[in-house]
Amino acid sequence: MQVQLNEEQVLLKEMVRRFAEEVVAPRAREIDETGEFPREFFDQAGQLGLGGVAVPEEYGGAGMDTISYCVAIEEISRVCASSGVILSVNNSLVCDPLLKFGTEDQKKRFLTPLAAGQKLGCFALTEPGAGSDAAALRCTAKRDGDDYIINGNKVFITSATHAELAIVFASVDLDAKHKGITAFVVEADCDGYKTGSHEYKLGVNASGTTELSFEDMRVPADQRIGEEGDGFKIAMSTLDGGRVGISAQAVGIAQGAFEEALAYSQEREQFGRSISDFQAIQFYLADMSTEIDAGRLLTWRAAWAKENKKRYSLEAAQAKLFTSEMAQRVTNKALQIHGGYGYTREYNVERYFRDARITEIYEGTSEIQKLVIAAAVLDG
Amino acid sequence: MAVINFELDEDQELLRGEVRRFAEERIAPGVAERERTHDFPAGILREMGEMGLLGMLVGEDYGGTAFDTVSYVVAVEEIARICPSVAVTMSVSNSVCAWPVYRFGGDDLRGRVLPPLVSGETLGAFGLTEPGSGSDAGALRTSARRDGDDWVLNGEKAWITNAGFAGFYLVMAKTDPEAGSRGITAFVVPADAPGLAVGQPEAKMGLKASRTAPLMLNNCRVANDNILGVEGQGFKIALATLDHSRLGIAAQAVGIHQRAVELAVAYAKERVQFGVPIAQHQAIKFQIAQMATELEAARVLTRYAALREGESDGGRLAAQAKLYASEAANRACYAALQIHGGNGFSEEYEISRLYRDVRVTTLYEGTSEMQRLVTARHLLRG
Repeated sequence: MQVQLNEEQVLLKEMVRRFAEEVVAPRAREIDETGEFPREFFDQAGQLGLGGVAVPEEYGGAGMDTISYCVAIEEISRVCASSGVILSVNNSLVCDPLLKFGTEDQKKRFLTPLAAGQKLGCFALTEPGAGSDAAALRCTAKRDGDDYIINGNKVFITSATHAELAIVFASVDLDAKHKGITAFVVEADCDGYKTGSHEYKLGVNASGTTELSFEDMRVPADQRIGEEGDGFKIAMSTLDGGRVGISAQAVGIAQGAFEEALAYSQEREQFGRSISDFQAIQFYLADMSTEIDAGRLLTWRAAWAKENKKRYSLEAAQAKLFTSEMAQRVTNKALQIHGGYGYTREYNVERYFRDARITEIYEGTSEIQKLVIAAAVLDG
Repeated sequence: MAVINFELDEDQELLRGEVRRFAEERIAPGVAERERTHDFPAGILREMGEMGLLGMLVGEDYGGTAFDTVSYVVAVEEIARICPSVAVTMSVSNSVCAWPVYRFGGDDLRGRVLPPLVSGETLGAFGLTEPGSGSDAGALRTSARRDGDDWVLNGEKAWITNAGFAGFYLVMAKTDPEAGSRGITAFVVPADAPGLAVGQPEAKMGLKASRTAPLMLNNCRVANDNILGVEGQGFKIALATLDHSRLGIAAQAVGIHQRAVELAVAYAKERVQFGVPIAQHQAIKFQIAQMATELEAARVLTRYAALREGESDGGRLAAQAKLYASEAANRACYAALQIHGGNGFSEEYEISRLYRDVRVTTLYEGTSEMQRLVTARHLLRG
C-alpha cells in the first residue's frame, strides 16, 4: 500500500490551484448570484488539459490518470462547485463513454474536441419520469434508413445551456425496457434539438442546468455509441466513473468550507479570545478534518480501482455516498462556526452549504448508492 | 510511476492470510467461553509470540519480526475480528511496551527487555493512567525518589492492561515534582521488583478475557539503568507512544467493525420475516450499506495513518484514525445488533459480545474527546 501523489500529480495540483484561485475564485460568488455560465473558465481550463484529464493525448486529452482527474476536480470545486461539476460532466460523463465505447471515427470527431476543451459536452439521461429509475425513460429513437429519429424530453441536464455536444439516451424499443436503451452522440446544432430556459436552483447556480427536448431530431446511425440496446449498460458504467468525479467535487467543496471556517475561527473573537480557543469549535474542526481525509482517501481508492481496470462500482458508490453526506455535514458546521455572518452572502460559506446539497442527489442519490452497496455486500 | 496503490503488498497479504487462519483456527474456538469465565488466553499469546506477532515493531537484532506499521495494523485487525480481548493484549504488548523500549531504549535495556517480550515468554504493559489522572495524564502523582543507584517509586496506577501477566511495566513517575510534565520519567519496572503489587482485576463491561487491574507501587525499588530514555523525558515518550498505539486501537476497532458487518449480513440473509429474508427490506439494506461504507473509511484512514507514521502530520492522522474508527465501529455494532432484533440481545449471538467489547475503543488510549483536541491542536498550529 502506498498513498502519495507522484511528481506529475503534484505539479498538476499546483497548476490547477493557481488557476482556480487566480481565475475562477474571483468570480465564483458573482456567477452564483447571476447564474451566468462560466464558459470562459471552461475554455481556459481546456487549454490546461482539464477538458479530458484522463483522455489519451492522441484524442486531445492530457493523458493523465483518474487520480489526477480527482485532484483537478477537487481543486476547482474548492473555489467554485459550479465550475467543478461542468468539468466533471465533460470528463466523466461525456469523454469517458466515447473513449470506452466509441468508434475510432467518433473518437476523432467528437472526443478529440471535447477533451481538448474546444467543445463542451453534456449527458442527457434523466427525464421528468425517469430519475433513479433511469430504465423507465420514454425518449425514443426510431431507425429511418441511415438515421435515427429521436423524440423526447430530458431534464436537469448540467451544462446543457451551452453544450455543443450531448450524449443522449433513447429507446429503440420501449417494450424491451432497459434492453431497448441506446446511446447517441448528438450535436446541439442539429435540427430538432432544443434547450430550455435557465433552471433556478438551490446551489451550483452557474452550471447551466436546463431541459432538452428533441422533436424529430435526425441523428446519423454512425453517431450511435455501441449497439442498439447497449445504452443502459453504457449509462451505468459511465455513472460509476461520474460518481468518482462527484466525490472529488464533494471533497473540494468540503475542503473549501473547512479552510474558510478554520481561518474565521482564528480571527473571530468572542468572550475576549478567538473562538478557536473554545473546545466546541475545536471539536467541530477536528471532526471536519477527519471526515474530509476519509472522503479524499475513499475517492482516491475508487479512482485507483478504476485506473487499474478493477470492478469499482462498489468503491465508487461508497465514495459518493460518504463524500456527499460528509460535505453536507462539513459545510453545515463551517456555516455554524461563522455564526450569523455565515448566513450572509458576504461570506462564501453559505454558497458552499448550498452547493454541497446537490452532491447527495445527482449521478445517483444516496439511496441509489446504498442499493448498489448493499447489493455488492450482500452478494459478496 | 504510480505511487498510489490501495492494495496490500504481497508480504502484507501473506501475513494477513496467515494471521486470519491462526485467528480462526486457534483463537475462535473457545472465545465465547473465555469471555464468560474471564480466562486469560496465555497459551494463545505464547503461540503468537512464536509466530512473531508480539515483536512486530522490534528489529531483528532483538529477535523482533520488524514489520512495517501497515502490516502491524493489518495483523491487529485480523485478530480483533475474532477476539478483541486477544487483540488489545497483543496491541498493548507491541505498541506501548516493546515499541517505546525499542525506540527510546539503550542497548542494555533493549537486550534485557525485548527478547522475552517478542518471544511471547512474557508480556508488556504500560502504566500511565492513575485514579486521578486519565485524559489529564500530566497530572499523575506517582513519585520516584533517587536512592543511590536505585529509584524508589510510590503511587497507584489504574486500568493497566495485562497487569499480572506482564513481565515488564513501563511506568511513568514524577522524578521532579516542581517541573510539571517535564518532571516525568519512564521506568521499566520488572514484575518481580520489590514493592510492586497487582490489585484486584477490574470487572469490565467487555474485553473480559483481557486482564485489567491496578498496580500498587509501595517503595518499589527500580535500578537507575531501568530508566527509558533520560530523566524528565517520560511525558514525551508517553505521548509519542500514544500517537503510535492509537493505530493499534484503530485497527482493533476496524477488526470489530468488519466482524459486525459479516454478522449482520449473514443474519439478514438467513432471517425471514414477512415471507422474505430481512436482507430484502430496504431498511436493513441501507443500514448494511452505511456500515460497509464506514468500514472502508475507517480502514483506509487507519492504514493511511500507519503509512504516514513518523511524518509531521503523523500524530494528527493517528488521532483521526482512532477517532473515526472507534466511533464508526460503535455505530456499526449498534446497527448490527439492531438488525439481529431480540436475538442480538442474547448472549448466544456473537454480536452481543462485540457490542460490549467495542464500547471501550472510544475510551482507551485517549478518549474521542482527546483525539479531537490533539487533531485541533495540529490544525490550529497550521
